[in-house]
Amino acid sequence: MKALAGYVAGLLFGLGLAISGMTDPARVLGFLDLAGAWDPTLMFVLGGAVATTFVGYRLAWARGKPLFEASFQLPTRRDLDARLLGGAALFGIGWGLSGYCPGPAVASIAGLSWPLAAMLAAMAAGWYLARKIA
Amino acid sequence: MDLMASLQGLVGGVLIGLSAVWLMAAMGRIAGISGILSSLVWARPKGDSAWRLTFLFGLVSGPLLVMALGGGLGNLSGDAVDVTGAVIGAPAGGVALMLLAGLLVGVGTGLGSGCTSGHGVCGLARLSPRSLVATLTFLAAAIVTVYVVRHVIGGGA
Repeated sequence: MKALAGYVAGLLFGLGLAISGMTDPARVLGFLDLAGAWDPTLMFVLGGAVATTFVGYRLAWARGKPLFEASFQLPTRRDLDARLLGGAALFGIGWGLSGYCPGPAVASIAGLSWPLAAMLAAMAAGWYLARKIA
Repeated sequence: MDLMASLQGLVGGVLIGLSAVWLMAAMGRIAGISGILSSLVWARPKGDSAWRLTFLFGLVSGPLLVMALGGGLGNLSGDAVDVTGAVIGAPAGGVALMLLAGLLVGVGTGLGSGCTSGHGVCGLARLSPRSLVATLTFLAAAIVTVYVVRHVIGGGA
């Protein structure tokens, strides 16, 4: 059941990315390019996603526990540190260079090209490095 | 502004939100793509890898389904610069640029404990101060990067 639930979650996410145009780096870069012909689409994607999640999370939490696990696993830290800020800044630079954050990069595998394969391999290597630094 | 693209953005955003809500309701987990996939590739926790793998299959099959049903459901060209209307768009650069970008995205989301989904969608919805700061930081860094690449180095395309 957990495997099926995971598939449903991934499918909804992938459908959302594709329908909103986020699997096209040009559209993402168009949003980030404030000085160019600005493309607001990503703002609507993030707005729709955050509003839906804000309401839905509270309905899910009100049930007391998840369907297939004993408890909710939520991050508890509230402090800010250099790793959070530095990591977010490095991620932002990579996002701005490519127009890919992890979701759209992976969801685009069906349109695989050498640059995308390089992106995915380097991203996995970066995750490994981050785990070693941690 | 392209009204249809904005509307599809909103619909796609709601679907991404439903994915996050479902993962919380079913598994009690944050729908952070970098966390789910980094853990699948490098940690493989017992009993917790199967759903991460099927999540990955679902993520990849979403755009395939949209293309199978007809491109009209997916990305639109509209009046946006460089947008061709392909559901899966071409990478914005060659292998060397993508290697650098991928490494930065991997290390950055690893150290910063999240990406656009974990911090940007789930974290903001939880009203997490760490996620708000992280989201503002990576948005600002990305906007500055695009400005430098397109308008300083690129000469204002």
